[in-house]
Amino acid sequence: MNVPHIPVLRLGRSYESLDKFEVKNHRTGELMATVSSVNAGIIRKDLGKLAAARASLKKFTCAQLIELSAKAGEHFLNGTLPFGDKGHTQTAQQYIETLSATSGLPHVMVKRNMAKIHHALTNMKTVLNGLSRGLDLSIIDAGYGEQFGTKLTFCPTTQALGLVMPSNSPAVNSLWLPAIALKTPVIIKPGKEEPWTPYRLIQAFIAAGVPAEAFGFYPTDHDGAGEILKSCGRALIFGDKNTMAQYANNPAIQLHGPGWSKVIIGEDCIENWRDYLDVIVGAISDNGGRSCINASAVVVPKYAAEIADALAQKLGPVQPTTPEDPNARLSGFANVKMADFIDAQIDDSLKTPGATDVTAKYRNGPRKATFEGGVYMRPTIVLCDSFQHPLANKEFLCPYASVVQVPQSEMLKQMGYSLAVAAITKDPGFTDQLLNWPEIERLNIGPISTMHVSWDQPHEGNMFEFLWKRRSLERGW
Amino acid sequence: MTTTVSPEAIKAAQAQLDAHLKEIIHWHFSPETGCPYWLDWMKTNFDPRKEISSFGDMLKFSHFADESLRDLQPEVWVPAEFKGKPFNIFETGGTTGMPKQRIGWNDFRVDYSEFSDKISDEHFPRGGAWLMMGPTGPRRLRLAIEHLANVRGSSCYFIDLDPRFVKKLISNKQFDVAKQYMAHVVDQAATILKHRKVSGLFTTPKLLEAIAEKVDLYEAGIRGVFCGGTSMKPQEVRFIVEELLEGRIGFYPTYGNTLMGLAASVPLLPEDNFSITYYAPQPRAVLRVVNPNKTDETVAYGEWGRVELNTLTKEFFMPRFLERDETIRRAPRAPYAWDGVGDVRPFGAMEKNIVEGVY
Repeated sequence: MNVPHIPVLRLGRSYESLDKFEVKNHRTGELMATVSSVNAGIIRKDLGKLAAARASLKKFTCAQLIELSAKAGEHFLNGTLPFGDKGHTQTAQQYIETLSATSGLPHVMVKRNMAKIHHALTNMKTVLNGLSRGLDLSIIDAGYGEQFGTKLTFCPTTQALGLVMPSNSPAVNSLWLPAIALKTPVIIKPGKEEPWTPYRLIQAFIAAGVPAEAFGFYPTDHDGAGEILKSCGRALIFGDKNTMAQYANNPAIQLHGPGWSKVIIGEDCIENWRDYLDVIVGAISDNGGRSCINASAVVVPKYAAEIADALAQKLGPVQPTTPEDPNARLSGFANVKMADFIDAQIDDSLKTPGATDVTAKYRNGPRKATFEGGVYMRPTIVLCDSFQHPLANKEFLCPYASVVQVPQSEMLKQMGYSLAVAAITKDPGFTDQLLNWPEIERLNIGPISTMHVSWDQPHEGNMFEFLWKRRSLERGW
Repeated sequence: MTTTVSPEAIKAAQAQLDAHLKEIIHWHFSPETGCPYWLDWMKTNFDPRKEISSFGDMLKFSHFADESLRDLQPEVWVPAEFKGKPFNIFETGGTTGMPKQRIGWNDFRVDYSEFSDKISDEHFPRGGAWLMMGPTGPRRLRLAIEHLANVRGSSCYFIDLDPRFVKKLISNKQFDVAKQYMAHVVDQAATILKHRKVSGLFTTPKLLEAIAEKVDLYEAGIRGVFCGGTSMKPQEVRFIVEELLEGRIGFYPTYGNTLMGLAASVPLLPEDNFSITYYAPQPRAVLRVVNPNKTDETVAYGEWGRVELNTLTKEFFMPRFLERDETIRRAPRAPYAWDGVGDVRPFGAMEKNIVEGVY
């Protein structure tokens, strides 16, 4: 049978480009699909037609789009959907196998990511209720109305939401899902190794009845990505520190950079640290350690060496498995150079005095491991003597965390920005400090993993406020 | 439309090339007609008049050292027959520092008069004005385009873009200034198109994209676009034809430079899949597609190789110059009874990311 081809989706028109790239099984090299790619010029041209794309969604009420989103959730989780333009289809199981083969995520993790996406789609009403603080969405439909005893008017901030997606974790697609129910077309540049999830989601929405004109799917190069960010009016980008620096201070671009998420234990709970080990292990290693909300540092006022050793005993022996293994905990690297880079950077930074790879003695082998043709990074716990050490506040695309001992009074000042913090403390004073600390985006108080996500609360920005803004309106008639 | 070329036509073209070559060799290596450079060369090498009787014999020459076009005074290239006649000095495209220079009198007129027969009156109406937006200055193209327009009874407006300045901006990482400069060039062209009746446009692919995003070219009166200057991958050609020109404006891609002249492309057929093939203005210039590691050998049809240029006119003789381009060797295709070059791109483009197309 011929190899599937994923076309460009140009706001309702499927387009096969003469420029294509191949997506291959990261272990066997088998060709999984070819993907059409276009230049920035085609994207620029299509962005001129966004008014029609937006009009295709405006015909629906938000309530109707919420219903269609729920249907899309079912199609995404269980459906057989079109897969490219050569007559192929894709079942849910085929999606799992394909995504796993090209991204390195084991099946069990793909399924968890699917469940997260499904949850976000089927609970869109709750999600939007949370993001809009209980707004009656018929006010969005009408453009104005009254609620909470006041007049309310909202106008869109943009014609479309642009997305430059990563390849590391499919659940990040959950971030853009509310855009459809909020009547905003999406213009997506998929990650090179992971075109599957956004493509399947688009097909799920279309199968549910959302107009194809609302979706742009543009595999493209660096210039094309820049065009999406520059011209969509509102856009999300995922990337490293350097990428983030390019777009800092641009309110039209929501940045999703490194999370530097952390688990911290207060002085009041530290004597019971053993009780929280499983939560910490999960925060570090769930989803293969690939998420920005995976903990990359454990900050404690005492027992750092003991805690690091206990974590290392649990995580150090974790080994690669087959992708089908239900107990798989590590993801393979589709981009082997990335694994080489991470391994070299950890080794290089360990040369700076003050840090120890505590996992080394429990690993019985190198950190970078090859298994059945795939390359994996085994978990690494590094004990650092201070936050000044280069490995103390680092984030890698694998189960990695530093353990740093800092007096509670110094923790917040020293640990810097964190996307997610699990703060294990009952101390009202410390809790109050945490609640008022602006450098934390998502705060879990108590033994709740940083990986726990509620989509009805903001995640590096509030999607409702990003796409709609309140303004004043006075009407004479 | 038939595109095949009969073996007889190919043979006739080879015979014509051999006869032309003999005449050119005799011209450049005879004291009464030749130029000082080649006459001096002959003193320390061999007498081509005795040893070159067919194009295959050109392998007796080593590759032309193009530094001599930069290092020597232009007078060394003046054939005796042209002595005392002022010449045009043309310089190569985006070179910074001392540029390479080719002198000439009438070659560009010959090339572009011939090219005029390859463009249709529908796309370039006779008498309709042209606009050239691209590198003018000391380049042969500036006069050539004006001559082409004139041959067709037309006049030409010019908007200059200095590729040397753009190259400097890019090497200094002044990308914002480069963008401003490009916008400045495009703004000037948009102004001309707004206030003057223009039907033919010469420009480069990047500038074409920029002007097409600013101006509805068809509505502005443009019916034909003649494009060159940088490589164009098939998808880029398709983008230009379908998205920028929307199938309503004729598109004529060309490959050429100061040293060769102009290689026209054959009209695209559906089976070409937007892959362009160019044919040199043989016998005045001959392109070979050679194995980069054994440049005496040509590659097979359909294979990639390096472009080797031979320029064979009475004004300029340049044997076996290795261009900084690579290409697919293509078979003869009507109306051309000699090899073509397809999907030309900078040499080594697959191995390294080459900054080209600064304009």
